[in-house]
Amino acid sequence: MTTTTAYPPLRRSRSDRMVAGVAGGIAEHVRVPAAAIRVAFLVLLAAHGLGAVLYAVYWAVMRDEDSDVPVRREPVKMVPYALLGFGILVVMTLLFGGDGISLAAGWLLALVVLGGGLIWHQAEPGRLTKLTGLLGGDRRPAFVLSLLGGGLLVAVGIIGLATLYSPVEGPSLSVVGFAVVFALIALTGVGVVAAPTLWRTATALRAEKEGRIREQERAELAAMIHDQVLHTLALIQRNAADQATVTRLARGQERSLRNWLYKPMGSAEEYFAAAVEEAAAEVEDTFAIAVETVVVGDRMVDDRIRALVAATREALVNAARHAKVGTVSLYAEVEPDEMSVFVRDRGVGFDMSTIDDNRHGVRGSIVGRMQRHGGRAEIRSEPGEGTEVRLHLPIGTSKETA
Amino acid sequence: MSGDTSQPVPTESEPSRLRVFLVDDHAMFRAGVRAELGVHVDVIGEAATVPEAISAIAAHQPDVVLLDVHMPEGGGRAVLEATRRAYPQVRFLALSVSDAAEDVIGLIRAGARGYVTKTISPEELAAAIRRVADGDAVFSPRLAGFVLDAFAARPDASLADPELDQLTNREREVLRLLARGYAYKEIAKELYISIKTVETHVSNVLRKLQMSNRYELSRWAADRRLV
Repeated sequence: MTTTTAYPPLRRSRSDRMVAGVAGGIAEHVRVPAAAIRVAFLVLLAAHGLGAVLYAVYWAVMRDEDSDVPVRREPVKMVPYALLGFGILVVMTLLFGGDGISLAAGWLLALVVLGGGLIWHQAEPGRLTKLTGLLGGDRRPAFVLSLLGGGLLVAVGIIGLATLYSPVEGPSLSVVGFAVVFALIALTGVGVVAAPTLWRTATALRAEKEGRIREQERAELAAMIHDQVLHTLALIQRNAADQATVTRLARGQERSLRNWLYKPMGSAEEYFAAAVEEAAAEVEDTFAIAVETVVVGDRMVDDRIRALVAATREALVNAARHAKVGTVSLYAEVEPDEMSVFVRDRGVGFDMSTIDDNRHGVRGSIVGRMQRHGGRAEIRSEPGEGTEVRLHLPIGTSKETA
Repeated sequence: MSGDTSQPVPTESEPSRLRVFLVDDHAMFRAGVRAELGVHVDVIGEAATVPEAISAIAAHQPDVVLLDVHMPEGGGRAVLEATRRAYPQVRFLALSVSDAAEDVIGLIRAGARGYVTKTISPEELAAAIRRVADGDAVFSPRLAGFVLDAFAARPDASLADPELDQLTNREREVLRLLARGYAYKEIAKELYISIKTVETHVSNVLRKLQMSNRYELSRWAADRRLV
């Protein structure tokens, strides 16, 4: 024998279940065929519904096998309930034949127990913790429906029993009335007891959900600070003597934090403003200068606009290389019919007439590039006064502006 | 230095030194600004919280208040709203580490006379304080950019009050030059107008910003996912 001698724990079976796996679970536990247990339950039903009572009690008490696996209740699963009800009816009729009252009584008792079991089952703590999904929405109706259904079964059963066993001979209207009141009081009592617990659980679950979201945000922030800020600070400490490096690191970090905090911007591949800022950031990092960037308006990037960004970058690089200043101004504006970029420094400046025709930086990369794409570039500079590069690109109004 | 501290720099051309009050919840930053500004103006006090600032401004009535945007209990905006009407002679200059458009525009709309970022040099800050005290508006290039954005011509921009809600071409031109990093003097030269005219245009822009249609501006902010 390879099987263990110990009996398996008493759990509701998942694999072998017709209603809730009670019979299957018991059968596994005591090692008898499940069919025998089922027959036993059905026979016990005859004793004024004892089978149903027992079944419900076992159901309520026994834990689900693998209770981590969420229980999906589909409408198909309700078919065994219907079959069970029908079976009860058939067996009772066979056993008690003519005696209408005790037959009906047993049937009603079974109904009460079934309803109670249903409510109990739904209110089970393990099940309540799975409510998160229900609060989310899609399973809430099912939950409410089964609670209501359970309540209805209990109410109908109690009313029926009270009517049957009333001291007055035969069912009468006033007895039904009393029974209704009685059932309502009973249900209200159950409701009063259960409602605060249910409500509290729901609130706790909602709070937990919010807490989780907050925790997630905090973790994201912590990761960002760890990856960027702390590393930058460490680098700054190690390079404390090197003024230029410290400034460059601090500036890069400031920019990245600012973007993270204030600018949910599009990607540089798609949007002009993002592309311009990216070019400015690159020049800031490469040449250790500050680029004071102001962009007004935005637009999707196309080939011509990409050329404008490239020319802008070249103008920034020129200013960083030759102007001998710490700060360069960059102003870009998107208007309905034209895009303009101004790159200005207050540096040494130069005399335009002294610039060689074969200086590629200005002639090719800026002026030529703008002309090739239907725009124009203008450079104003005076020795000692600084330089301003003005780029203009006419655009059609048909394209999407963002 | 033992005795009189009221005239530490006798060579200062200014007849009387400006009385400046600092409102910022970062003690380190206050100390830094105080040290840097000390040679240019009199820093008569500082406050770290909104209620502290409100009562101190009422008590001292400084010439210029340097106001941080982000503070607990409502920030600079709460200070402005509580004191601006009661003490119209007190000028406010927003000084912030934030360059989020809605912070900046929000403070200007609440009545600040200008806005500078905390990376500004001490000399520039002192000059800005002086300009604000003289009744001018102080626009950084970035603020000019935000204002241009806020007043950007929209197809349906003429909704409410066209007089107030639009900038004249000249005002737009001045703002553009400001955004391009030009000084007032350079703008005057570029546009062949006097510096005084430039200042008038800038003041008008500020007034329009403070009085312009709230709906338009809030929609502008919403369009940009700022609020």
